[in-house]
Amino acid sequence: MTALTAPALTIPTAGRLRLTAYAGQHVLLWVPTLVAFVVTVTGGALALVTIGLVLLVWSVPLLRWVADRHRATAARTLGVPVPADRLPVREGTRLIGRVVVWARDPMTWREIAWALVSLTLGFVLSLIAALLLVLVVTGALWWYGVEPIMRARARLDCLFLTYGRVERLEQRVVDLAESRAEVVDHSAAELRRLERDLHDGAQARLVALSMSLGMAEAAFDADPERARRLVGEARATTTAALGDLRNVVRGIHPPVLADRGVVGAVEALAADLPFEVDVKASLPGRPPAPLESALYFGIAECLANVGKHAEAAHAWVHLRHHEGVLSAVVGDDGRGGADPGAGTGMLGVMRRLTAFDGTVSVSSPVGGPTLVTLEVPCALSSPKTTPSSGPA
Amino acid sequence: MRLVLAEDNALLRAGLTQLLEGHGFTILHAASDAAALEAALADPEAEAAVLDVRMPPTFTDEGLRAAIAVRQRRPGFPVMVLSQYVESLYARELLASGEGAVGYLLKDRVADVAEFAAGVRQVASGGTVLDPEVVSTVLARRREEPLERLTAREREVLGLMAEGRSNAAIAERLTVTDKAVAKHINSIFTKLDLPVDDDDHRRVRAVLTWLRV
Repeated sequence: MTALTAPALTIPTAGRLRLTAYAGQHVLLWVPTLVAFVVTVTGGALALVTIGLVLLVWSVPLLRWVADRHRATAARTLGVPVPADRLPVREGTRLIGRVVVWARDPMTWREIAWALVSLTLGFVLSLIAALLLVLVVTGALWWYGVEPIMRARARLDCLFLTYGRVERLEQRVVDLAESRAEVVDHSAAELRRLERDLHDGAQARLVALSMSLGMAEAAFDADPERARRLVGEARATTTAALGDLRNVVRGIHPPVLADRGVVGAVEALAADLPFEVDVKASLPGRPPAPLESALYFGIAECLANVGKHAEAAHAWVHLRHHEGVLSAVVGDDGRGGADPGAGTGMLGVMRRLTAFDGTVSVSSPVGGPTLVTLEVPCALSSPKTTPSSGPA
Repeated sequence: MRLVLAEDNALLRAGLTQLLEGHGFTILHAASDAAALEAALADPEAEAAVLDVRMPPTFTDEGLRAAIAVRQRRPGFPVMVLSQYVESLYARELLASGEGAVGYLLKDRVADVAEFAAGVRQVASGGTVLDPEVVSTVLARRREEPLERLTAREREVLGLMAEGRSNAAIAERLTVTDKAVAKHINSIFTKLDLPVDDDDHRRVRAVLTWLRV
């Protein structure tokens, strides 16, 4: 579900005449609301029979459409956003799947309850507001009455059509518990990977090294030539062990990321790739280190995917910080049709970013271009100042 | 030859001092942090420097920045940069700070004592010595003009030139004759449109073209 990190927006409120127009719209929507309500309830009751599903497939979208019209007018009346926060239905979900998601979504049930209230009490309120103007003689009442009436109507709609504070906080707790569990899983898996890398790499080589040196020690007097060869082997093994350690460290935290931050590290990465990558960045400072690392690995994964699958000649990375959100867009002119759920790589990126309330969205129509957008809310620190004693 | 050495790890500093002195270099100053390094590089007696990239106080890239800064003040000042990691980005930055007289090696390469000392000497005499790891990264990169004109063998030779190897060493590595190497190198110079100049200079320029500096 949507994270609640967006800053509270204010929406310009409507004047009296516009409010009256809303009231008129509400009155006109009475019939569609009634139809949507009756058919949805009937369809729901008959859901076990095919005909029920057929009814629901068009009545629920109608109900949603009517509810959305009321959300829009309520938002303009009260001056605050009235989000629907529905459960997302994945693209390509089939009929029954869609109905199941709708049924599991508490918002669907709220909308059904709302329809009942909107058809009765809500309708009466809007009708009064509209009539006060239409009847002319009640003009004075309209002047003073339309705003309170329409605000009451909007609050009534909000009560049903959007989640309240408590529900939002509850949802937030669920989201956080979920992302925390994922982060714990992810770091446990990372530790296992590190343990394996060290065990199979540097550790094994150090064992070989100590064996070579031990044999050399024994051979020094009897066979100096053999001892010399063993010492030479030991040196080669040391170099290989250092190489392994370097690779492990690069996987944990690339040194260039520590030195130059995410922009420098992405530029360094881009320069070493076999296709052209254009890096544009406008960041006035550096994000916190853990987030920087998550973002860097996210971008690196995206670029690796471009190299592996996209058959692209050109890719680009745009980094920017706007309204408290750090975003990175990785695009390519390849063949598109990327499925973010296909590999484990992108899932790992999503997990890493979820820990920071970040999101990943992928747009990849067949034929391209593919755009992956990574967004994380965060504040940037001012650029690190060079210590006065340090080199210029 | 009088050198400035900068390395924050005391053990490695002592080891490098011993190693370089054993090969006929004089260690003028051995600095352990960025401030001491800056002071040491200001000494007009210094003829070259061997620097570690990562040093106190911030443990990021102060060695690299010091190298670039000193080469701006004293153009052509020979600098050998050592690091636990090599980045082709840093190699490009070093090469862009002036023509030649730079080295950029993994610290592991110090293990081959004779070759390391030869590398320092080569940098001091104006050559370019890049770590094989940088070279292989760049070789794996896309082909673009004018490097596209080179044959696979010529690219290989150019890579070995970037590592700072002599014609004889390249010939030995590729198991061909010295004459064949000279022919490849001439062909590289022609294909990269390098102006007629003394051979050392052209070698450096070929490497610069190759790294897109």
